[in-house]
Amino acid sequence: MPSITLTLNGERRDIVVDDPRVTLLDLLRERLHLTGTKKGCDRGQCGACTVLVDGRRINSCLTLAMSLDGADVLTIEGVSRGDVLDPVQEAFVAHDALQCGFCTPGQIMSAIGLIREGQAGDDPERVREAMSGNLCRCGAYAGIVDAVLEAQKTVNAANRRRSA
Amino acid sequence: MKSFDYVRPTTIAEAIAAAAAPGASYLAAGTNLLDLMKGGVARPDRLVDVTRVSGLDRIETLPDGSVRIGALVRNADLAYNVEFASAYPAVAEALLSGASAQLRNAATVGGNLLQRTRCAYFYDPASACNKRQPGSGCDALGGENRTHAILGWSEDCIATNPSDFCVPLVALDAVVEIEGRNGKREVALEALHRLPDAAPERDTVLEPGGLIVALRLPPAAHGFAKNSRYLKVRDRTSYAFALVSAAVALRIEQGTIKDGRLALGGVAAKPWRAREAEKVLVGAKADAASFAHAAAAALAGARPSGDNGFKIELARRIIVRALTLAASGTPDRLPALPASPFSPVAGVIEHA
Repeated sequence: MPSITLTLNGERRDIVVDDPRVTLLDLLRERLHLTGTKKGCDRGQCGACTVLVDGRRINSCLTLAMSLDGADVLTIEGVSRGDVLDPVQEAFVAHDALQCGFCTPGQIMSAIGLIREGQAGDDPERVREAMSGNLCRCGAYAGIVDAVLEAQKTVNAANRRRSA
Repeated sequence: MKSFDYVRPTTIAEAIAAAAAPGASYLAAGTNLLDLMKGGVARPDRLVDVTRVSGLDRIETLPDGSVRIGALVRNADLAYNVEFASAYPAVAEALLSGASAQLRNAATVGGNLLQRTRCAYFYDPASACNKRQPGSGCDALGGENRTHAILGWSEDCIATNPSDFCVPLVALDAVVEIEGRNGKREVALEALHRLPDAAPERDTVLEPGGLIVALRLPPAAHGFAKNSRYLKVRDRTSYAFALVSAAVALRIEQGTIKDGRLALGGVAAKPWRAREAEKVLVGAKADAASFAHAAAAALAGARPSGDNGFKIELARRIIVRALTLAASGTPDRLPALPASPFSPVAGVIEHA
């Protein structure tokens, strides 16, 4: 039976992939029961399935699991440290950046990716543009942009402290 | 999704051999192909995953001054490569105006060149589509076709090529390096994509099993960095395909255009190089009259393929606007909304 190796949320895993049609999204949800990553459109249009692969945000619905052999995958389940939330999660709570919550794991993973990319700066318009791959049917966008901007400040300040 | 066989070669030779099997298709990131497979539009029997083929992920400057971009370079990596983006700003702007950040992180240069049309009838297996099912007809003709082609279309197909990236590339005379069972060859990007004529099922001149390994910008593509723009009008300002787009690259000396390049996106089955307009521009003054004259020349052969006559006037205006913006200078930093004609500040005209 074909198998792949992933570093999944920091843990090395050997995973059987019995059918090459399995996407990373279906592998996470249906085989590994990590259901935090959501299936919205399943066609790369809504961003609910966003995860980080080798540190970069991608749509897990448009990625074949087989193709990721050896990759490092971070999902929403892997971003907090126990009860200590990631700064992006903290900021989403503080800014009420959600209503129903379905898009939230994808929004948070996308925001973590955006901050790592470091291209948006503190310009809300650049944040909106860089988050355009994540749809929110409830329309919590204003809170999401505020949360991303605040989380970015927190993360950058922490990085500066570490490198000082 | 139909079942398929999956292989993952690590060399170009192995990939080409694996793709010789009937029904084989190359897979890179899969951002377009998997979508097509989920919809039953593409039904490969075998996927040859080329993402581990070595040596295709580099951006390099060759001794003659050309830039060679490996087919597996990710769209975001090319757009954010500081050296590349400062030399070819319209290419970077086009890349960043397409898709979403997630898709740009995954999608490859080679895959972008080969993405299929976004015509809704092509995507719907219940509709007649000569591109998907040769000889079945074209439901886009007489259907919902406000976004369809205004140049180079035929009665068999009125679909458009969706790529933003290809538009400035074709203006800059990009060349595609292809390897296949019969060895290596090079094709000008302008000649890669086909007009539909009576065979719309063939998007490109790529032979079966042909693999795009790299893209090259020739030395003459240099020298436009100060006056280059990509402008794109779409139904929403981000994460949407072009209704009409224009890539402009100018070399201006003392108010006169010494060299000028213009290509259009969203208007035809291929990225559309507007050579007649370029003839008007070269030697002309960089002013409104020349730009209007060039836009008219670019669209002389345009005709609606349905409810899309507005795209001809839209294209005319976008050409004039892109030329005006390029002549006024490439911005030091890409705008917050790449390629958008709208300002992020309400009520303010961008670059007024």
